[in-house]
Amino acid sequence: MTPAPAIQLENVSHSYGDVVAVDQVSLDVSLGEIHCLLGASGSGKSTLLRIIAGLERQREGVVSIDGEVVSDAAGHTEAERRSVGFVLQDYALFPHLTALENVLFGIPDRKTSEARTRAEGLLDDVGLVDRVDSMPHTLSGGEQQRVALARAMARSPRVMLLDEPFSSLDAQLRAGVRETTLRILREAGVATVMVTHDPAEALSCGDRVSILRGGKMIQTGSPEAIYHQPSGREAAETFGVINRLGGERKGDRIRTSIGEVELSTQDPDHPDTILLRPEQLILVASEEGGCRIDRIFPEGSTTLYLVQTAEDERLYVRMLSTETLPADSPVAVRLR
Amino acid sequence: MKSNPGRNWSVVCFALAAVVLVPIFSVTWSLGQDSEGVWGHLAETVLGKYISNTLLLAIGVGCGTLLIGVLTAWLVTAFSFPAVGFFRWALLLPLAIPGYLMAYAMTDLLQFSGPAQTWLREATGWSRGDYWFPEVRSLQGAVFILVLCLYPYVYLAASTGFLSLSASVIEASRTLGVSSWGRFWRVVLPLARPSIFAGLALVVMETMADFGAVDYCAVDTFSTGIYRTWMGRGSLVAAAQLSTCLLGAVGLLYLLESRFRRSAKFHHATQRTQPPAPVRLEGARAWAAFIACAAPVLGGFLLPVVRFLQLTVEGGDARSRELFLELGGNSALVAGITAVVAVACGLLLAQLLRTMPTSLNRFTVRVAGLGYAIPGGVIAIGVLGPLWWIEAGVNDVANGVFSWSPGLFLSGTVFAVLFGYQVRFLAIPLNVIGAGFERIRSTVDDAARTLGASRLRLLLGVHVPLLRGSLFCAGLLVFVDVLKELPATLILRPFNFDTLAVRVYQLASDERLSEASTGALAIILVGLVPVVLLTRILRSAHTVSTVPGRDRGKS
Repeated sequence: MTPAPAIQLENVSHSYGDVVAVDQVSLDVSLGEIHCLLGASGSGKSTLLRIIAGLERQREGVVSIDGEVVSDAAGHTEAERRSVGFVLQDYALFPHLTALENVLFGIPDRKTSEARTRAEGLLDDVGLVDRVDSMPHTLSGGEQQRVALARAMARSPRVMLLDEPFSSLDAQLRAGVRETTLRILREAGVATVMVTHDPAEALSCGDRVSILRGGKMIQTGSPEAIYHQPSGREAAETFGVINRLGGERKGDRIRTSIGEVELSTQDPDHPDTILLRPEQLILVASEEGGCRIDRIFPEGSTTLYLVQTAEDERLYVRMLSTETLPADSPVAVRLR
Repeated sequence: MKSNPGRNWSVVCFALAAVVLVPIFSVTWSLGQDSEGVWGHLAETVLGKYISNTLLLAIGVGCGTLLIGVLTAWLVTAFSFPAVGFFRWALLLPLAIPGYLMAYAMTDLLQFSGPAQTWLREATGWSRGDYWFPEVRSLQGAVFILVLCLYPYVYLAASTGFLSLSASVIEASRTLGVSSWGRFWRVVLPLARPSIFAGLALVVMETMADFGAVDYCAVDTFSTGIYRTWMGRGSLVAAAQLSTCLLGAVGLLYLLESRFRRSAKFHHATQRTQPPAPVRLEGARAWAAFIACAAPVLGGFLLPVVRFLQLTVEGGDARSRELFLELGGNSALVAGITAVVAVACGLLLAQLLRTMPTSLNRFTVRVAGLGYAIPGGVIAIGVLGPLWWIEAGVNDVANGVFSWSPGLFLSGTVFAVLFGYQVRFLAIPLNVIGAGFERIRSTVDDAARTLGASRLRLLLGVHVPLLRGSLFCAGLLVFVDVLKELPATLILRPFNFDTLAVRVYQLASDERLSEASTGALAIILVGLVPVVLLTRILRSAHTVSTVPGRDRGKS
């Protein structure tokens, strides 16, 4: 018998008034897994976290934690009785308590010296052993985030929820804090659900990724599968532009304007169309293809080119910035 | 699993809020009762007078406060002239003086033997009958007195309205070629109108509730009528029927006021804006502005305070200091108990609304805040009936079982006074603590709950420490308002239980003003505390307007 998933949602729906926030979402997260919920604002991802935490009661569906039903039509365990750690988007440190007191807040016997030792240990884990007596307003954003993480870990929860944990940090701080956070979560072996609106972050942090759109979960899978085998156009476009190439089918291959391609990344909505990420294509300076560079979008280490083909199709091609091509120059598009 | 843990809590809180409904229902109930001819007698004799006087008073005070309040607010916001920084807060000072004290001081200053007329006679050589002088103890006098103590409500509302106008709106109208005067009428006033009207509605509500000033000026209004019908004729039913009339008028104003307040919010829905820079006035215009602001401060605060000081120094309370201490102690006791209980109830209700904003709980909190609109006399009359009813029931049972009756253990004790205060002043902590809660991010509650904090721990471990300032401020405001309260105290106080306000009222009624002055000064002094708090808030609003870019950046 496989162990029950640490977090299980079955057909969970929620609405605020007439606005549907979460629509028939099912989700399993096992211990040790980091699951990223990716979606734009308003996609229902934060509502989903609040439902798992017990801060919000879903209108329909069943929520189980550690194999036990904590909320369904018959009953609802309030947030304060669930063993769930929650790092809120603004960290929500108690402004009247020191970093240490914040961590102690959730520990049951917080007056004992063992509790104190444990809280100090948690702050040490996140690299804040010298800030234990600091008040929250004197801490930097990254330090506040780490106190919030230590505080959420203090009750040794089996389930950890993180709401946009890095979004309010500066870019140069973010990598370090993310590193620490993921290390601690992995060491603790908890089941983690992390909400983010940043596709790159979801792919790099998650063992699995789910894409939410309009309250619906449109795809769940490993980062590789999510990126390269999108379940549809919406899922594909979550990670930026994608090329759709139509053509004539020949068995498991398809003849397109740039040549014959294997039908591995077929558009599920249109069997005769394949989906190709810009970096799966390559540009070669050539008069023969009849293609022309229309626009150039520098992205830093890479450059995105919008190419007009002879057949008047528009294709996006991503190249390393070390191999630049001038605008309006004649090119040929090839498969990488 | 527990289902609906909040339901019981909602019911408890509704019960707390329902104390406010007791007097409302109780006076309305009287409409169906027989007053044994008293109502008919009142209707034939004095009712018409009550209606016309109350209406005229409301119109007069409304117009007067509107004029002074809006004018001074516009002057101190839009212009700079000598002492403008002083006037910005000093114009609030009359709030410290309750209507009845203003009436005592003004009557004393302006009566035939008072300093004003004495000086006039000495300066001109006239004697009695040679000249005309306005009579203070009249309807006009009462209007004058109440305008002086109530204009700060309009001033405050108008200032907030003007300060929240964005400079860009004003500047846009300048680029469209509208003159300074035209800007005021066509842009500023229409935009600030909802806040001004909200302030005006409060003024009219306070005017209708006033008992002390109109009583001293011998103007018969509903307030004095309720008091006399009960104290003089002993008819609670007729007093309650009169109360219902007043309650209806006040209820209408309450609805108007909440409508204006809502639209005031709507008008200023944009993010914090930069008010326009003040225009410097020179010469005669500067002096005119100076005088327009100095007059209300002088008449509404300095003159009465100086007169009371003078009277205290010359005579003061002839009775021993112990009596003064005893009355002060009584006042402080009831004010302290009321403040603590009201703050505790307000905290529970405000937390309920924050943690469970259901429609039932929203309704509960709205009900709990109604009391501030109900005149003190109406509350007192409305509280007596139900207390008697409970006492009668308990006495019946006690008589039957123990052959002993506890008597008037509610209506004849301090309990009645405290109950009445609770009804009237519960709105203060609700508003203050509610505003305090708005400054605490809701994610802090979420964090505490996911860390296993119970409702009680959330309250005591998180909310109370974070709300310390608001709780203190709310308690202070209740304390001071109880000290100043007169009509409910007069009607509900037990035999031989006097407070400072009651003593001052009695001495003044006996024309022993020089003795009353000591107590009056004490009340004014305490009344200054919330005014100082208020001036701080207003000053910070002005500071934002003069120091650009003070907004704190995101951390």
